[in-house]
Amino acid sequence: MSEELTVPSEIRLKPRSIDISLYTRKLKPFIVGLYHWSHGIPLVLVFFAVWEALPRLGIINPLFLPTFSSTLQTLIELTLSGQLLLHALVSLQRAAAGFGLALVIAVPFGFLMGHYTKFERYTDLLVQGLRNVSTFALLPIFLLLLGLGESSKIAIIFYAASWQILMNTISGVKSVDPIYIKAARSMGVSDFELFTKVILPASIPSIVIGARLGAKIALMVVIAAEMIGAKSGLGFFIQNAEFNFLVPEMYAGILALAIVGLVVNYLLVWVEKKTTSWKRDISGAIQ
Amino acid sequence: MDIIVAKDVRKKFKLKHGQQVKNNGIISNEIDALGGFDLNIKKGEFLVLVGPSGSGKSVFLDIVGGLSAPTSGVVYLDNKPVDAPSEKTGYVFQQYALFPWRTALSNIEFGLESRGVVKEERIKIARELLSLFGLSDFEDRYPYQLSGGMQQRVAIARALATKPEVLLMDEPFAALDAQTREILQNELIRIWEGTDTTVIFVTHSIDEAVFLADRVAVVTARPGKIKEIIEIDLPRPRNGDIRSSSEFAANRHKVWGALKAEVNKAQQEWKLAPGFTD
Repeated sequence: MSEELTVPSEIRLKPRSIDISLYTRKLKPFIVGLYHWSHGIPLVLVFFAVWEALPRLGIINPLFLPTFSSTLQTLIELTLSGQLLLHALVSLQRAAAGFGLALVIAVPFGFLMGHYTKFERYTDLLVQGLRNVSTFALLPIFLLLLGLGESSKIAIIFYAASWQILMNTISGVKSVDPIYIKAARSMGVSDFELFTKVILPASIPSIVIGARLGAKIALMVVIAAEMIGAKSGLGFFIQNAEFNFLVPEMYAGILALAIVGLVVNYLLVWVEKKTTSWKRDISGAIQ
Repeated sequence: MDIIVAKDVRKKFKLKHGQQVKNNGIISNEIDALGGFDLNIKKGEFLVLVGPSGSGKSVFLDIVGGLSAPTSGVVYLDNKPVDAPSEKTGYVFQQYALFPWRTALSNIEFGLESRGVVKEERIKIARELLSLFGLSDFEDRYPYQLSGGMQQRVAIARALATKPEVLLMDEPFAALDAQTREILQNELIRIWEGTDTTVIFVTHSIDEAVFLADRVAVVTARPGKIKEIIEIDLPRPRNGDIRSSSEFAANRHKVWGALKAEVNKAQQEWKLAPGFTD
C-alpha cells in the first residue's frame, strides 16, 4: 500500500523502479485481503458454539432449535442431493432478473431526474409518493395483477430494488463538483461528452453504492415473494419446511440464505472496488 | 498586435432573494462585479491581474474563457467576440480540477479527445508534457496519489496539451506552500519563455505578479476596472535569483503603490456591508 501514497513531490524524484510482477499485483493483495477477512472467523465460531450449546444444554428445546452440527449435516445432505442448490439458483435468478431490470431502468431515469431540473419537477412528486409505499403492502397486488408466475415476483423485486438505485443516481449526478464541469467546458466539450466523460464517471461511486443496496433489497424481497406464492426458491423451501415442521430443514435453508447473501455481497464489493479504484478510500464490506 | 481586447465589460450578479448590498450608499439586490473593464492584451505577453478580493478578476477570466457572459460590453479574441469556450484558450484553476477518475496521462489527454486527436498522438503529446514538468514516472497515477504541486503541474500540462494561444490561470498557485509555489513559478516561466502563448494570470501575490509578468494590471475594488497598468522592466529570461535584486524591489514597490488604496477601499466596504462576504 505505502508505495501508492503521496510521494514527496518537490524534490525531483529518482526514477521509481516499477515492480509489476504478478505476485505484487494480484496475489499479494489477495493474500492480505484473505488474512484480514480471516479475523472475522473467531466470532462466527463463537456464534456456532453458542448455537451448538443451547439445545445441547437443554436451555432451548432441540425440537425448536436443533444443534448447529445437525443443521450443518442437514445442509450438507440437502446440498449433495442437489435440492437446495436448485432452490437457491431459482431465487438468485429471480433476484438477478428484477435487479437487472431495476438497473436498466432506474439508472437512466435517475440521470434524467438529476440532470434536468424540469424533468425532476414533473416526476418528483409521483416518485416520492410511490417510493414510500412499502413493497410488502404491494406484494398481494402484484400477485393479483400478474398472477403466481415468474412475472409477478420479478416485478415486485424490480419495484423494491429500483428506489435505492434511482435515489443514489440522482444524488450522484447532483453532487458532481461544478469545478469538473467548468474544467471540461473550458476544454470545449460537447454536452454529450460532458455527460459521458464527466457526469457519468463522477457519479459512478454513488450509483454503485445504490446498486449494492438495491441488490440486498432484491435478495430480501425475493424470499418474501417466494413465501407468499411460489413452488420453488429458497423462500418457498423455508416456508414449506416451516409448514411441515421440518425444523432442521428450515434452519438449513436459513443458513443457505446467509451463505448466498454473503457471496453476493462479496461479489458486489468486488465490483465496487473495480469501478472506484481511483478513489482514495474504498469503503469495505460494511453492509 | 492585440490578441485580446476587452471593451467596457460589465458584469452584475443578482443576489439571492432577501439579500442586499450597499453600492455607494444605494441599497441594491445586485452586485457589480465588473464595472467597465477595458484591457488590451498583446499576443505572446504575460499579463498578470492583481486586485483586492472580490474585484472581479476571476469573473473577467471566466468571460475571456467563454464560461460566463458579460452583462454588457464585449471581449474580442483574435477579433472575434467571445461567446463560448474557444479552442484557442486553456484554463488552469486554483483547485486543480483534475478528473479524479483519470490518471495523470489520461487527464492531459482529455482536451485532445474532443478535438478528435487519435490515441497514439494524444499519448505522445501527454508524455512530452509530463516529461517537461518532470512527471514522466507518474503517468499512471490518479490525482489522489499526487501532491498538490504535482497535481497543479498536471493541470497546467492538461491546459497546454491543446496548444492554446491564450492560457488563463486563476490563482493557480494559491493553494500551494511557499516553496512549491516558487518552484512552480520558476517552471512556468521557463516553459512559457519557450512558447509564444499569451498568459492572463490572476494572483493576490505581488511578488508572484512581478516575477512572472510583462505587465501587471491593477484592478480596482469592486466594481472592478483597470486602475493602472505597470510595465515590469525586468530582463528575460528570468530565474529565481531575480527576486532578491533591487530592480525587483522597485517594481514591487510600484505595484503595491497602485494596489494599496484599492485594498484599503475594499476592506472599508466590507465593514460597511456586513451582509456581504467575499
